Amino acid sequence: MIQFLVHEKTDNVGVATVDIKSGEVAQGLYMDSQEDLKMKTQNDIPLGHKIALADIETDAAVIKYGSDIGRVVDEIKAGEHVHTHNLKTRRW
Amino acid sequence: MSNPKVMAYRRENGRVGIRNHVIILPLDDLSNSACEKIAFNVKGCKALPHAYGRLQFGEDLQLFFRTLIGIGSNPNVAAVVVVGIEPDWTHVIVDGIAETGKPVTGFSIERQGEIKTVEQASWKAKEYMQWASELKREACDLNEIWVSVKCGESDTTSGLASNPTVGNALEKLVGMGSTCCFGETSEITGAEMVCKERAATPEVGEQFMAVFNKYQDMIDRNKTDDLSGSQPTKGNIAGGLTTIEEKAFGNLQKIGKTINYVGVLDKAEAPTGKGLWYMDTSSAAAEAVTLWAAAGFVAHFFPTGQGNIIGNPIEPVIKLSANPRTVSDMVEHIDYDCSAILKGEMTLDASGDSLLNMLIRTCEGRLTAQEVLGHEEFVLTKLYESA
Repeated sequence: MIQFLVHEKTDNVGVATVDIKSGEVAQGLYMDSQEDLKMKTQNDIPLGHKIALADIETDAAVIKYGSDIGRVVDEIKAGEHVHTHNLKTRRW
Repeated sequence: MSNPKVMAYRRENGRVGIRNHVIILPLDDLSNSACEKIAFNVKGCKALPHAYGRLQFGEDLQLFFRTLIGIGSNPNVAAVVVVGIEPDWTHVIVDGIAETGKPVTGFSIERQGEIKTVEQASWKAKEYMQWASELKREACDLNEIWVSVKCGESDTTSGLASNPTVGNALEKLVGMGSTCCFGETSEITGAEMVCKERAATPEVGEQFMAVFNKYQDMIDRNKTDDLSGSQPTKGNIAGGLTTIEEKAFGNLQKIGKTINYVGVLDKAEAPTGKGLWYMDTSSAAAEAVTLWAAAGFVAHFFPTGQGNIIGNPIEPVIKLSANPRTVSDMVEHIDYDCSAILKGEMTLDASGDSLLNMLIRTCEGRLTAQEVLGHEEFVLTKLYESA
């Protein structure tokens, strides 16, 4: 069963399509290439929320839709929950 | 998909509507009471109360007139009774609507009081209602149905499935020669360069950037530290959206991948040809859909993530969601459930076709969730304070 989707191959986050528990090896799918991938989660990832697919350093970009969607404000490890606690807009 | 026939109402000016409303339109806030009394007397017609129409001036007054004339002129409206406190501005609205050739009559309250006005206008509303009740639907082309699109209470399922479903449907509609429109200037923030590149010509792209930069200037003049609390909204954040950029790229999924917009419209301005258009609108759902209704659009696609329940009194709002929770616990508000995409059980192409099928059913009379629940948010956009 698919548990998260990734918009594009260059993205460094995926989106949970079900609630995923911390420690699960979640099953994912790239929407553009239809390739499978797996990721071991480090936090609970609620439906609709983002999961890091790689380590992302502070000040680096989170990439989704192949585009920069904001700046990392607290270092992110692969499998962690990505949201308002570690990602901020570059606008305001 | 080819360009199928739909059974709809062809109006005096050739435009095609999918509803047959007789509306009682107040010029101003003072006339709301009379309009509601007329709509009580004459069953089936619809009063559209609103908050404005007094001491407006300049560009704001022009937008106000354009909006009310546009609402009365919309092909979903068969006939109009206008009621205002004084005759001059009432006649501006009546004359503007009369250019469509549809029946319209104005009444003013000054020098005779509300009771006499309600009586006179009720006779006219009864005449219009019985006349409209005998109008017949006829075979029209689907590409004569003008469709606007805007999302609300978006979450990441919007970007994954419900917005791309709308994008797929728009590609098919524009491909068959339809007139469609998107907007939401504030929610393009972060994706404005990508949006600029989607213009059909560099000149149109520059027109978009001019509108976008004007909006940014307004934000800079008025911003306080609560803006990041408004964009994304609390509902967006609960659904997993983190930044305005993420919201913007998800938002743009609604215009698909292969079509370009052919022009930029001012608020409530009618397009002058076929194709996809951009309108400078707020991202507040009721304000934006009211502007599209005033520009002559007759059906609206509204993808939602967390479950925005907005409607409009004259332009049916077709809601779709891919969020499995929303299509269950907000089910009465949703017309089309596309959550199967998230499970890998349906392609975007099939989902686009299903949405077009729902559009055709709506055109031919199926009432939307918003219509049967009585969601009739009629919200005028105001540019600045009145004199």
